[in-house]
Amino acid sequence: MKYIVAIIQPDRLGEVLDKLTAKEIHLVTVTNVLGRGRQKGIAEVYRSHKEVGSLLRKVKLEIAVNEAYVQPTIEAITDGGRTGQVGDGKIFVLDLLRCLRIRTGEEGCDAIG
Amino acid sequence: MESVGLRAFWPKAVLPLAVAAVVAKGGVLYGQAPQLAPIPAVTAAAPDAAPRPDGKPRIDSGDTAWVLTSTALVMLMTPGLAFFYGGLVRKKNILSVLMQCLTMLCIISLQWVLFGYSLAFSGNVRGLVGNLNWLGLRGLASEPVGTLPHYAFVVFQMMFAVITPALIIGAFAERMRFIPFCVFSLLWSTLVYDPIAHWVWGPGGFVGSVPDASGAKGWGALDFAGGTVVHANAGMAALAAALVLGKRQGFPMRISPPHNLPLAVLGATLLWFGWFGFNAGSALSANATAAGAFLATHVATAAAGLTWSFLDWLKHGTATTLGMITGTVAGLVAVTPAAGFVDPAGAVAIGLGAGAACWVGVTCIKVKFGYDDSLDAFGVHGIGGVFGALAVGVLATRSATGPQGPRGLLYGDPVQLWVQFKAVAVTVVYSFCMSYVLLRIVDKVLALRVQEHHERVGLDLTQHKEAAYTVID
Repeated sequence: MKYIVAIIQPDRLGEVLDKLTAKEIHLVTVTNVLGRGRQKGIAEVYRSHKEVGSLLRKVKLEIAVNEAYVQPTIEAITDGGRTGQVGDGKIFVLDLLRCLRIRTGEEGCDAIG
Repeated sequence: MESVGLRAFWPKAVLPLAVAAVVAKGGVLYGQAPQLAPIPAVTAAAPDAAPRPDGKPRIDSGDTAWVLTSTALVMLMTPGLAFFYGGLVRKKNILSVLMQCLTMLCIISLQWVLFGYSLAFSGNVRGLVGNLNWLGLRGLASEPVGTLPHYAFVVFQMMFAVITPALIIGAFAERMRFIPFCVFSLLWSTLVYDPIAHWVWGPGGFVGSVPDASGAKGWGALDFAGGTVVHANAGMAALAAALVLGKRQGFPMRISPPHNLPLAVLGATLLWFGWFGFNAGSALSANATAAGAFLATHVATAAAGLTWSFLDWLKHGTATTLGMITGTVAGLVAVTPAAGFVDPAGAVAIGLGAGAACWVGVTCIKVKFGYDDSLDAFGVHGIGGVFGALAVGVLATRSATGPQGPRGLLYGDPVQLWVQFKAVAVTVVYSFCMSYVLLRIVDKVLALRVQEHHERVGLDLTQHKEAAYTVID
Protein backbone atom coordinates (compact mmCIF):
# COMPACT_ATOMS: atom_id res chain seq x y z
CA MET A 1 0.00 0.00 0.00
CA LYS A 2 1.16 3.51 -0.79
CA TYR A 3 0.10 6.92 0.42
CA ILE A 4 0.31 9.43 -2.42
CA VAL A 5 0.56 13.13 -1.59
CA ALA A 6 0.40 15.60 -4.45
CA ILE A 7 0.71 19.37 -4.44
CA ILE A 8 -0.90 20.92 -7.51
CA GLN A 9 -2.06 24.24 -8.91
CA PRO A 10 -5.52 25.10 -7.55
CA ASP A 11 -6.94 25.71 -11.01
CA ARG A 12 -5.94 22.17 -12.12
CA LEU A 13 -7.97 20.40 -9.44
CA GLY A 14 -11.00 19.76 -11.65
CA GLU A 15 -8.87 18.23 -14.40
CA VAL A 16 -6.98 16.04 -11.96
CA LEU A 17 -10.18 14.74 -10.34
CA ASP A 18 -11.62 13.95 -13.79
CA LYS A 19 -8.51 11.98 -14.73
CA LEU A 20 -8.59 10.10 -11.41
CA THR A 21 -12.26 9.24 -11.92
CA ALA A 22 -11.49 7.97 -15.42
CA LYS A 23 -9.04 5.54 -13.86
CA GLU A 24 -11.61 4.53 -11.19
CA ILE A 25 -9.75 6.17 -8.36
CA HIS A 26 -12.53 7.78 -6.32
CA LEU A 27 -11.11 8.18 -2.86
CA VAL A 28 -9.21 11.35 -2.35
CA THR A 29 -8.75 13.96 0.35
CA VAL A 30 -8.33 17.57 -0.84
CA THR A 31 -6.98 20.48 1.19
CA ASN A 32 -6.30 24.12 0.40
CA VAL A 33 -2.70 24.80 1.38
CA LEU A 34 -0.09 27.54 1.17
CA GLY A 35 3.46 26.88 0.19
CA ARG A 36 6.38 27.90 -1.87
CA GLY A 37 8.79 26.30 -4.27
CA ARG A 38 10.75 27.60 -7.19
CA GLN A 39 7.77 29.36 -8.73
CA LYS A 40 7.75 33.13 -8.50
CA GLY A 41 4.20 34.10 -7.59
CA ILE A 42 2.03 37.03 -8.48
CA ALA A 43 3.06 39.85 -6.12
CA GLU A 44 -0.11 41.10 -4.42
CA VAL A 45 -0.53 44.85 -3.98
CA TYR A 46 -2.42 46.45 -1.07
CA ARG A 47 -2.60 50.25 -1.11
CA SER A 48 0.58 50.16 -3.16
CA HIS A 49 2.31 47.96 -0.59
CA LYS A 50 3.71 44.98 -2.48
CA GLU A 51 3.49 41.63 -0.70
CA VAL A 52 6.79 40.05 -1.61
CA GLY A 53 7.71 36.48 -0.74
CA SER A 54 4.15 35.66 0.20
CA LEU A 55 3.19 32.00 0.17
CA LEU A 56 1.35 30.71 -2.87
CA ARG A 57 -2.05 29.09 -2.87
CA LYS A 58 -1.88 25.38 -3.75
CA VAL A 59 -4.10 22.35 -3.43
CA LYS A 60 -2.94 19.18 -1.68
CA LEU A 61 -4.34 15.77 -2.65
CA GLU A 62 -3.92 12.70 -0.46
CA ILE A 63 -4.75 9.29 -1.89
CA ALA A 64 -4.19 5.87 -0.32
CA VAL A 65 -3.91 3.12 -2.93
CA ASN A 66 -2.95 -0.53 -3.41
CA GLU A 67 0.21 -1.23 -5.37
CA ALA A 68 -1.67 -1.82 -8.64
CA TYR A 69 -3.09 1.69 -8.56
CA VAL A 70 0.12 3.59 -7.82
CA GLN A 71 1.11 4.11 -11.43
CA PRO A 72 -2.41 4.99 -12.70
CA THR A 73 -2.76 7.53 -9.88
CA ILE A 74 0.56 9.16 -10.71
CA GLU A 75 -0.40 9.27 -14.38
CA ALA A 76 -3.79 10.79 -13.68
CA ILE A 77 -2.32 13.54 -11.50
CA THR A 78 0.45 14.26 -13.97
CA ASP A 79 -1.96 14.30 -16.91
CA GLY A 80 -4.43 16.58 -15.26
CA GLY A 81 -1.98 18.81 -13.43
CA ARG A 82 0.73 19.50 -15.97
CA THR A 83 0.84 22.88 -17.70
CA GLY A 84 4.57 22.89 -18.39
CA GLN A 85 5.09 25.97 -16.26
CA VAL A 86 7.18 26.29 -13.09
CA GLY A 87 4.83 25.71 -10.17
CA ASP A 88 2.89 22.69 -11.45
CA GLY A 89 3.72 20.95 -8.17
CA LYS A 90 5.06 17.63 -6.95
CA ILE A 91 3.95 14.09 -6.18
CA PHE A 92 5.27 12.23 -3.14
CA VAL A 93 4.80 8.48 -2.75
CA LEU A 94 5.05 7.14 0.81
CA ASP A 95 4.88 3.62 2.18
CA LEU A 96 1.62 3.07 4.00
CA LEU A 97 1.93 0.86 7.09
CA ARG A 98 -1.69 0.18 7.99
CA CYS A 99 -5.18 1.11 6.85
CA LEU A 100 -8.43 0.52 8.76
CA ARG A 101 -12.04 1.22 7.80
CA ILE A 102 -13.78 2.63 10.86
CA ARG A 103 -17.27 1.34 10.02
CA THR A 104 -16.43 -2.35 9.53
CA GLY A 105 -13.02 -2.80 11.08
CA GLU A 106 -11.67 -4.18 7.80
CA GLU A 107 -7.94 -3.78 7.49
CA GLY A 108 -5.26 -3.55 4.79
CA CYS A 109 -5.93 -3.77 1.06
CA ASP A 110 -9.67 -4.42 1.57
CA ALA A 111 -10.06 -1.24 3.52
CA ILE A 112 -8.52 1.03 0.92
CA GLY A 113 -10.90 0.67 -2.03
CA MET B 1 -32.10 81.74 -3.34
CA GLU B 2 -31.30 84.24 -0.66
CA SER B 3 -32.66 82.03 2.06
CA VAL B 4 -30.69 79.11 0.72
CA GLY B 5 -27.54 81.16 0.89
CA LEU B 6 -28.15 82.33 4.41
CA ARG B 7 -28.89 78.84 5.55
CA ALA B 8 -25.78 77.52 3.95
CA PHE B 9 -23.83 80.22 5.65
CA TRP B 10 -25.03 79.03 9.05
CA PRO B 11 -25.09 75.29 8.50
CA LYS B 12 -24.64 74.54 12.17
CA ALA B 13 -26.45 77.49 13.66
CA VAL B 14 -27.80 76.48 17.00
CA LEU B 15 -29.05 79.65 18.59
CA PRO B 16 -32.61 80.43 17.71
CA LEU B 17 -31.42 84.05 17.57
CA ALA B 18 -29.03 83.23 14.78
CA VAL B 19 -31.44 81.34 12.64
CA ALA B 20 -34.76 82.99 13.31
CA ALA B 21 -34.55 85.39 10.40
CA VAL B 22 -33.22 82.75 8.07
CA VAL B 23 -35.87 80.27 8.91
CA ALA B 24 -38.63 82.80 8.61
CA LYS B 25 -37.60 83.34 5.00
CA GLY B 26 -36.77 79.72 4.33
CA GLY B 27 -40.17 78.74 5.52
CA VAL B 28 -41.80 80.44 2.60
CA LEU B 29 -39.85 78.24 0.24
CA TYR B 30 -39.58 75.00 2.09
CA GLY B 31 -42.02 75.04 4.93
CA GLN B 32 -45.09 74.34 2.86
CA ALA B 33 -45.75 70.83 4.08
CA PRO B 34 -48.65 70.75 6.53
CA GLN B 35 -47.53 69.60 9.94
CA LEU B 36 -49.55 66.55 10.69
CA ALA B 37 -47.91 65.43 13.88
CA PRO B 38 -49.02 67.32 16.94
CA ILE B 39 -45.76 68.89 18.07
CA PRO B 40 -46.22 70.69 21.38
CA ALA B 41 -44.45 73.86 20.34
CA VAL B 42 -46.39 74.24 17.13
CA THR B 43 -50.05 74.55 16.37
CA ALA B 44 -51.14 71.73 14.13
CA ALA B 45 -51.41 72.16 10.36
CA ALA B 46 -49.72 75.53 10.22
CA PRO B 47 -49.73 76.44 6.51
CA ASP B 48 -46.45 78.30 6.72
CA ALA B 49 -43.58 78.64 9.13
CA ALA B 50 -44.08 82.17 10.29
CA PRO B 51 -42.43 82.83 13.65
CA ARG B 52 -44.38 82.04 16.77
CA PRO B 53 -45.73 84.96 18.78
CA ASP B 54 -42.65 84.81 21.04
CA GLY B 55 -40.40 85.35 18.00
CA LYS B 56 -38.98 81.84 17.88
CA PRO B 57 -39.21 79.92 14.60
CA ARG B 58 -41.67 77.11 14.23
CA ILE B 59 -40.59 73.53 14.11
CA ASP B 60 -40.76 72.26 10.54
CA SER B 61 -41.92 68.70 10.08
CA GLY B 62 -40.02 68.23 6.81
CA ASP B 63 -36.77 69.48 8.28
CA THR B 64 -37.25 67.37 11.37
CA ALA B 65 -37.99 64.24 9.35
CA TRP B 66 -34.92 64.75 7.19
CA VAL B 67 -32.58 65.38 10.09
CA LEU B 68 -33.87 62.37 12.04
CA THR B 69 -33.48 60.22 8.92
CA SER B 70 -29.98 61.60 8.43
CA THR B 71 -29.20 60.81 12.04
CA ALA B 72 -30.01 57.16 11.44
CA LEU B 73 -27.88 57.23 8.27
CA VAL B 74 -24.92 58.68 10.17
CA MET B 75 -25.38 56.13 12.93
CA LEU B 76 -24.92 53.39 10.32
CA MET B 77 -21.53 54.84 9.41
CA THR B 78 -19.93 53.63 12.64
CA PRO B 79 -20.79 49.96 11.99
CA GLY B 80 -19.84 50.61 8.36
CA LEU B 81 -16.47 51.90 9.51
CA ALA B 82 -16.16 48.87 11.79
CA PHE B 83 -16.53 46.51 8.85
CA PHE B 84 -14.30 48.63 6.65
CA TYR B 85 -11.55 48.47 9.26
CA GLY B 86 -12.48 44.91 10.27
CA GLY B 87 -11.95 43.59 6.77
CA LEU B 88 -8.57 45.28 6.53
CA VAL B 89 -7.00 43.79 9.67
CA ARG B 90 -5.73 40.26 10.08
CA LYS B 91 -8.36 37.74 11.00
CA LYS B 92 -7.08 37.36 14.53
CA ASN B 93 -7.96 41.01 15.19
CA ILE B 94 -11.29 41.67 13.48
CA LEU B 95 -13.40 41.42 16.63
CA SER B 96 -11.16 43.85 18.47
CA VAL B 97 -11.80 46.46 15.79
CA LEU B 98 -15.55 45.82 15.61
CA MET B 99 -15.69 45.97 19.38
CA GLN B 100 -13.78 49.24 19.55
CA CYS B 101 -16.17 50.85 17.08
CA LEU B 102 -19.27 49.61 18.88
CA THR B 103 -17.80 50.73 22.19
CA MET B 104 -17.53 54.25 20.80
CA LEU B 105 -21.19 54.06 19.85
CA CYS B 106 -22.05 53.24 23.47
CA ILE B 107 -19.58 55.35 25.45
CA ILE B 108 -19.68 58.56 23.42
CA SER B 109 -23.46 58.49 23.10
CA LEU B 110 -23.69 58.61 26.90
CA GLN B 111 -20.86 61.13 27.18
CA TRP B 112 -22.77 63.31 24.73
CA VAL B 113 -26.02 63.47 26.68
CA LEU B 114 -24.22 63.76 30.04
CA PHE B 115 -21.83 66.60 29.23
CA GLY B 116 -20.38 66.39 25.70
CA TYR B 117 -23.19 68.24 23.98
CA SER B 118 -23.08 70.96 26.60
CA LEU B 119 -19.32 71.41 26.20
CA ALA B 120 -19.67 71.75 22.45
CA PHE B 121 -22.86 73.74 22.01
CA SER B 122 -24.01 75.39 25.24
CA GLY B 123 -23.08 79.04 25.72
CA ASN B 124 -19.57 80.27 25.09
CA VAL B 125 -16.45 80.48 27.24
CA ARG B 126 -13.99 82.81 25.46
CA GLY B 127 -14.79 81.22 22.11
CA LEU B 128 -12.97 78.06 23.21
CA VAL B 129 -15.58 75.76 24.67
CA GLY B 130 -19.18 75.63 25.75
CA ASN B 131 -20.32 75.78 29.36
CA LEU B 132 -22.01 73.20 31.54
CA ASN B 133 -25.50 74.68 31.48
CA TRP B 134 -26.87 71.81 29.43
CA LEU B 135 -25.44 68.97 31.55
CA GLY B 136 -27.67 65.96 31.04
CA LEU B 137 -29.54 67.98 28.38
CA ARG B 138 -31.28 69.92 31.17
CA GLY B 139 -34.24 71.91 29.91
CA LEU B 140 -33.74 71.34 26.20
CA ALA B 141 -36.92 69.40 25.48
CA SER B 142 -38.99 72.48 24.60
CA GLU B 143 -36.21 74.63 23.15
CA PRO B 144 -36.11 74.42 19.31
CA VAL B 145 -32.92 74.75 17.27
CA GLY B 146 -33.86 76.59 14.12
CA THR B 147 -36.75 74.63 12.71
CA LEU B 148 -35.79 71.46 14.58
CA PRO B 149 -36.74 70.08 17.95
CA HIS B 150 -33.61 70.44 20.07
CA TYR B 151 -33.32 66.70 20.62
CA ALA B 152 -33.13 66.14 16.85
CA PHE B 153 -30.09 68.39 16.70
CA VAL B 154 -28.58 66.77 19.80
CA VAL B 155 -28.86 63.24 18.45
CA PHE B 156 -27.71 64.23 14.95
CA GLN B 157 -24.58 65.81 16.41
CA MET B 158 -24.17 62.82 18.72
CA MET B 159 -23.51 60.54 15.76
CA PHE B 160 -20.70 62.86 14.63
CA ALA B 161 -19.20 62.79 18.10
CA VAL B 162 -19.37 58.98 18.03
CA ILE B 163 -17.71 58.34 14.70
CA THR B 164 -14.86 60.82 15.13
CA PRO B 165 -12.94 58.92 17.83
CA ALA B 166 -13.85 55.69 16.01
CA LEU B 167 -11.95 56.94 12.96
CA ILE B 168 -8.73 57.06 15.01
CA ILE B 169 -8.93 53.30 15.57
CA GLY B 170 -7.48 52.80 12.10
CA ALA B 171 -4.12 54.12 13.26
CA PHE B 172 -3.63 51.92 16.32
CA ALA B 173 -5.53 48.82 15.16
CA GLU B 174 -4.13 45.43 16.13
CA ARG B 175 -2.06 46.57 19.11
CA MET B 176 -3.98 48.62 21.70
CA ARG B 177 -5.37 47.26 24.95
CA PHE B 178 -9.10 47.55 25.34
CA ILE B 179 -9.53 49.45 28.62
CA PRO B 180 -6.84 52.04 27.86
CA PHE B 181 -8.55 52.48 24.50
CA CYS B 182 -11.86 53.26 26.25
CA VAL B 183 -10.21 55.69 28.66
CA PHE B 184 -8.25 57.47 25.93
CA SER B 185 -11.26 57.78 23.65
CA LEU B 186 -13.47 59.22 26.39
CA LEU B 187 -10.79 61.75 27.35
CA TRP B 188 -10.12 62.58 23.72
CA SER B 189 -13.76 63.13 22.92
CA THR B 190 -14.11 65.44 25.94
CA LEU B 191 -10.88 67.40 25.65
CA VAL B 192 -10.31 67.43 21.90
CA TYR B 193 -13.52 66.79 19.96
CA ASP B 194 -15.94 68.82 22.08
CA PRO B 195 -13.80 71.99 22.14
CA ILE B 196 -13.02 71.84 18.42
CA ALA B 197 -16.70 71.28 17.64
CA HIS B 198 -17.37 74.42 19.68
CA TRP B 199 -14.68 76.44 17.90
CA VAL B 200 -16.20 75.71 14.51
CA TRP B 201 -19.90 75.06 15.07
CA GLY B 202 -20.67 76.26 18.58
CA PRO B 203 -22.14 79.69 19.34
CA GLY B 204 -19.30 82.20 19.46
CA GLY B 205 -16.64 79.62 18.62
CA PHE B 206 -13.50 81.50 17.60
CA VAL B 207 -13.03 79.66 14.30
CA GLY B 208 -16.54 79.45 12.90
CA SER B 209 -19.28 81.85 11.94
CA VAL B 210 -22.04 81.16 14.47
CA PRO B 211 -22.62 84.13 16.79
CA ASP B 212 -23.17 83.69 20.50
CA ALA B 213 -25.82 85.44 22.59
CA SER B 214 -23.85 88.69 22.57
CA GLY B 215 -23.40 88.54 18.79
CA ALA B 216 -19.68 87.73 18.98
CA LYS B 217 -18.52 85.29 16.37
CA GLY B 218 -15.32 83.79 15.04
CA TRP B 219 -13.18 84.00 11.93
CA GLY B 220 -15.93 82.75 9.67
CA ALA B 221 -14.27 79.51 8.64
CA LEU B 222 -16.50 77.26 6.56
CA ASP B 223 -16.91 73.64 7.56
CA PHE B 224 -20.16 72.27 6.26
CA ALA B 225 -20.15 68.84 7.88
CA GLY B 226 -16.81 68.34 9.57
CA GLY B 227 -13.67 68.53 7.45
CA THR B 228 -11.77 70.13 10.31
CA VAL B 229 -13.92 69.10 13.28
CA VAL B 230 -14.19 65.44 12.32
CA HIS B 231 -11.63 64.42 9.73
CA ALA B 232 -8.56 66.61 10.09
CA ASN B 233 -9.06 66.29 13.83
CA ALA B 234 -9.31 62.49 13.88
CA GLY B 235 -6.54 62.25 11.30
CA MET B 236 -4.07 64.18 13.43
CA ALA B 237 -5.00 62.15 16.51
CA ALA B 238 -4.40 59.08 14.37
CA LEU B 239 -0.92 60.26 13.47
CA ALA B 240 -0.18 60.93 17.13
CA ALA B 241 -1.45 57.44 18.01
CA ALA B 242 0.68 55.78 15.35
CA LEU B 243 3.74 57.58 16.71
CA VAL B 244 3.05 56.95 20.41
CA LEU B 245 2.12 53.28 20.04
CA GLY B 246 4.84 52.48 17.56
CA LYS B 247 4.85 49.95 14.78
CA ARG B 248 3.18 46.58 14.89
CA GLN B 249 5.56 43.67 15.14
CA GLY B 250 6.81 42.81 11.69
CA PHE B 251 5.76 46.10 10.10
CA PRO B 252 6.00 46.61 7.20
CA MET B 253 7.30 43.44 5.57
CA ARG B 254 5.78 40.72 7.73
CA ILE B 255 2.23 41.95 8.12
CA SER B 256 -0.34 39.77 6.34
CA PRO B 257 -2.61 41.48 3.83
CA PRO B 258 -6.24 42.42 4.61
CA HIS B 259 -8.06 39.26 5.62
CA ASN B 260 -11.46 40.00 4.08
CA LEU B 261 -11.68 42.63 1.37
CA PRO B 262 -15.35 41.91 0.58
CA LEU B 263 -16.15 42.91 4.17
CA ALA B 264 -14.12 46.07 3.69
CA VAL B 265 -16.02 46.84 0.49
CA LEU B 266 -19.30 46.36 2.33
CA GLY B 267 -18.12 48.67 5.08
CA ALA B 268 -16.89 51.31 2.66
CA THR B 269 -20.14 51.33 0.72
CA LEU B 270 -22.12 51.56 3.96
CA LEU B 271 -19.98 54.59 4.78
CA TRP B 272 -20.83 56.06 1.38
CA PHE B 273 -24.53 55.47 2.03
CA GLY B 274 -24.44 56.90 5.54
CA TRP B 275 -22.43 59.89 4.36
CA PHE B 276 -25.51 61.26 2.58
CA GLY B 277 -26.92 61.81 6.05
CA PHE B 278 -23.63 63.18 7.30
CA ASN B 279 -23.36 65.85 4.59
CA ALA B 280 -26.85 66.48 3.26
CA GLY B 281 -28.23 66.24 6.81
CA SER B 282 -25.83 68.98 7.86
CA ALA B 283 -28.01 71.47 5.99
CA LEU B 284 -30.26 70.92 9.04
CA SER B 285 -33.15 71.40 6.70
CA ALA B 286 -34.85 69.57 3.85
CA ASN B 287 -34.01 72.19 1.28
CA ALA B 288 -31.94 73.05 -1.79
CA THR B 289 -28.72 73.18 0.24
CA ALA B 290 -29.33 69.61 1.37
CA ALA B 291 -29.93 68.49 -2.21
CA GLY B 292 -26.79 70.25 -3.39
CA ALA B 293 -24.75 68.70 -0.60
CA PHE B 294 -26.16 65.29 -1.43
CA LEU B 295 -25.17 65.58 -5.08
CA ALA B 296 -21.75 67.06 -4.28
CA THR B 297 -21.06 64.21 -1.86
CA HIS B 298 -21.85 61.61 -4.46
CA VAL B 299 -19.92 63.00 -7.41
CA ALA B 300 -16.84 63.86 -5.35
CA THR B 301 -16.79 60.27 -4.11
CA ALA B 302 -17.10 58.87 -7.60
CA ALA B 303 -14.30 61.11 -8.85
CA ALA B 304 -11.97 60.18 -5.99
CA GLY B 305 -12.57 56.44 -6.39
CA LEU B 306 -11.72 56.66 -10.06
CA THR B 307 -8.67 58.82 -9.39
CA TRP B 308 -7.22 56.34 -6.92
CA SER B 309 -7.88 53.47 -9.32
CA PHE B 310 -6.23 55.36 -12.15
CA LEU B 311 -3.12 56.08 -10.06
CA ASP B 312 -2.96 52.42 -9.02
CA TRP B 313 -3.18 51.50 -12.67
CA LEU B 314 -0.38 53.91 -13.56
CA LYS B 315 1.89 52.57 -10.84
CA HIS B 316 1.03 48.86 -10.80
CA GLY B 317 -0.60 48.26 -14.13
CA THR B 318 -3.95 47.37 -12.58
CA ALA B 319 -6.78 48.92 -10.63
CA THR B 320 -7.29 47.38 -7.18
CA THR B 321 -10.45 46.88 -5.15
CA LEU B 322 -8.80 48.20 -2.02
CA GLY B 323 -7.60 51.23 -3.96
CA MET B 324 -11.09 51.90 -5.27
CA ILE B 325 -12.74 51.82 -1.84
CA THR B 326 -9.93 53.80 -0.23
CA GLY B 327 -10.33 56.43 -2.93
CA THR B 328 -14.06 56.67 -2.37
CA VAL B 329 -13.55 57.20 1.35
CA ALA B 330 -10.94 59.88 0.58
CA GLY B 331 -13.49 61.62 -1.64
CA LEU B 332 -16.18 61.43 1.02
CA VAL B 333 -13.80 62.89 3.59
CA ALA B 334 -12.66 65.77 1.39
CA VAL B 335 -16.12 66.82 0.23
CA THR B 336 -17.41 66.87 3.81
CA PRO B 337 -16.39 70.45 4.64
CA ALA B 338 -17.43 71.62 1.17
CA ALA B 339 -20.64 69.77 0.37
CA GLY B 340 -23.05 72.69 0.84
CA PHE B 341 -20.71 75.39 -0.47
CA VAL B 342 -19.62 74.12 -3.88
CA ASP B 343 -21.37 73.34 -7.15
CA PRO B 344 -21.21 69.85 -8.69
CA ALA B 345 -18.19 70.77 -10.82
CA GLY B 346 -16.38 71.99 -7.71
CA ALA B 347 -17.24 68.75 -5.98
CA VAL B 348 -15.75 66.74 -8.83
CA ALA B 349 -12.59 68.85 -8.59
CA ILE B 350 -12.39 68.12 -4.87
CA GLY B 351 -12.81 64.41 -5.54
CA LEU B 352 -10.04 64.39 -8.13
CA GLY B 353 -7.69 66.33 -5.86
CA ALA B 354 -8.48 64.33 -2.76
CA GLY B 355 -8.01 61.02 -4.52
CA ALA B 356 -4.57 62.13 -5.66
CA ALA B 357 -3.55 63.80 -2.36
CA CYS B 358 -4.53 60.82 -0.20
CA TRP B 359 -2.96 58.38 -2.66
CA VAL B 360 0.32 60.23 -2.29
CA GLY B 361 -0.12 60.30 1.50
CA VAL B 362 -0.71 56.57 1.75
CA THR B 363 1.69 55.28 -0.85
CA CYS B 364 4.55 57.76 -0.57
CA ILE B 365 4.54 59.79 2.64
CA LYS B 366 3.81 56.87 4.95
CA VAL B 367 6.46 54.75 3.28
CA LYS B 368 9.01 57.55 3.39
CA PHE B 369 8.58 58.28 7.08
CA GLY B 370 7.88 54.71 8.13
CA TYR B 371 5.19 55.30 10.76
CA ASP B 372 2.65 52.50 11.08
CA ASP B 373 -0.72 54.14 10.47
CA SER B 374 -2.15 50.65 10.17
CA LEU B 375 -5.32 51.35 8.20
CA ASP B 376 -4.37 54.82 6.96
CA ALA B 377 -6.59 56.86 9.24
CA PHE B 378 -4.17 59.78 8.93
CA GLY B 379 -3.46 59.19 5.26
CA VAL B 380 -7.13 59.30 4.31
CA HIS B 381 -8.90 61.32 7.02
CA GLY B 382 -6.09 63.65 8.00
CA ILE B 383 -4.89 64.49 4.52
CA GLY B 384 -8.36 64.33 2.97
CA GLY B 385 -9.85 66.52 5.71
CA VAL B 386 -7.15 69.17 5.39
CA PHE B 387 -7.39 69.08 1.61
CA GLY B 388 -11.16 69.49 1.67
CA ALA B 389 -11.12 72.29 4.25
CA LEU B 390 -8.64 74.25 2.14
CA ALA B 391 -10.50 73.46 -1.08
CA VAL B 392 -13.58 75.20 0.33
CA GLY B 393 -11.54 78.39 0.39
CA VAL B 394 -10.91 77.99 -3.32
CA LEU B 395 -14.11 76.48 -4.68
CA ALA B 396 -16.94 77.89 -2.55
CA THR B 397 -19.35 79.58 -4.92
CA ARG B 398 -22.30 81.87 -4.49
CA SER B 399 -24.33 79.61 -6.76
CA ALA B 400 -24.36 77.35 -3.71
CA THR B 401 -24.00 79.81 -0.84
CA GLY B 402 -26.34 82.51 -2.16
CA PRO B 403 -25.89 86.07 -3.41
CA GLN B 404 -24.46 87.35 -0.11
CA GLY B 405 -22.77 84.10 0.82
CA PRO B 406 -19.07 83.40 1.14
CA ARG B 407 -17.01 82.51 -1.90
CA GLY B 408 -13.58 81.09 -2.57
CA LEU B 409 -10.43 82.23 -4.30
CA LEU B 410 -11.61 81.00 -7.68
CA TYR B 411 -14.71 83.19 -7.39
CA GLY B 412 -12.85 86.30 -6.34
CA ASP B 413 -12.35 86.20 -2.56
CA PRO B 414 -8.81 85.30 -1.46
CA VAL B 415 -9.59 86.06 2.21
CA GLN B 416 -11.73 82.96 2.67
CA LEU B 417 -8.79 80.71 1.79
CA TRP B 418 -6.68 82.39 4.47
CA VAL B 419 -9.49 81.88 6.98
CA GLN B 420 -9.69 78.21 5.99
CA PHE B 421 -5.95 77.89 6.37
CA LYS B 422 -6.07 79.35 9.88
CA ALA B 423 -8.92 77.00 10.80
CA VAL B 424 -6.98 74.00 9.56
CA ALA B 425 -3.81 75.13 11.32
CA VAL B 426 -5.36 75.55 14.77
CA THR B 427 -7.29 72.29 14.45
CA VAL B 428 -4.28 70.32 13.31
CA VAL B 429 -1.92 71.72 15.93
CA TYR B 430 -4.34 71.45 18.85
CA SER B 431 -5.53 67.97 17.87
CA PHE B 432 -2.04 66.58 17.36
CA CYS B 433 -0.57 68.06 20.54
CA MET B 434 -3.50 67.23 22.83
CA SER B 435 -3.82 63.73 21.41
CA TYR B 436 -0.12 63.13 21.86
CA VAL B 437 -0.20 64.29 25.48
CA LEU B 438 -3.35 62.31 26.29
CA LEU B 439 -1.90 59.15 24.77
CA ARG B 440 1.32 59.59 26.74
CA ILE B 441 -0.59 60.08 29.97
CA VAL B 442 -2.85 57.08 29.45
CA ASP B 443 0.20 55.06 28.45
CA LYS B 444 2.00 56.01 31.69
CA VAL B 445 -0.98 55.14 33.86
CA LEU B 446 -2.50 52.13 32.09
CA ALA B 447 -0.06 51.00 29.34
CA LEU B 448 -1.62 51.38 25.91
CA ARG B 449 0.02 48.54 24.12
CA VAL B 450 -0.77 44.84 24.41
CA GLN B 451 1.98 42.45 25.48
CA GLU B 452 4.19 41.17 22.70
CA HIS B 453 2.80 37.67 23.05
CA HIS B 454 -0.79 38.92 22.98
CA GLU B 455 -0.11 40.88 19.82
CA ARG B 456 1.16 37.72 18.15
CA VAL B 457 -1.80 35.63 19.26
CA GLY B 458 -4.23 38.36 18.25
CA LEU B 459 -6.43 40.81 20.10
CA ASP B 460 -9.65 38.85 19.62
CA LEU B 461 -8.49 36.03 21.85
CA THR B 462 -6.38 38.02 24.27
CA GLN B 463 -8.57 41.11 24.75
CA HIS B 464 -12.02 39.58 24.35
CA LYS B 465 -11.59 35.79 24.73
CA GLU B 466 -13.43 35.24 21.45
CA ALA B 467 -12.58 34.22 17.91
CA ALA B 468 -14.30 35.58 14.82
CA TYR B 469 -13.87 32.48 12.72
CA THR B 470 -14.07 28.94 14.01
CA VAL B 471 -12.02 26.34 12.20
CA ILE B 472 -14.14 23.38 13.19
CA ASP B 473 -17.94 23.44 12.77
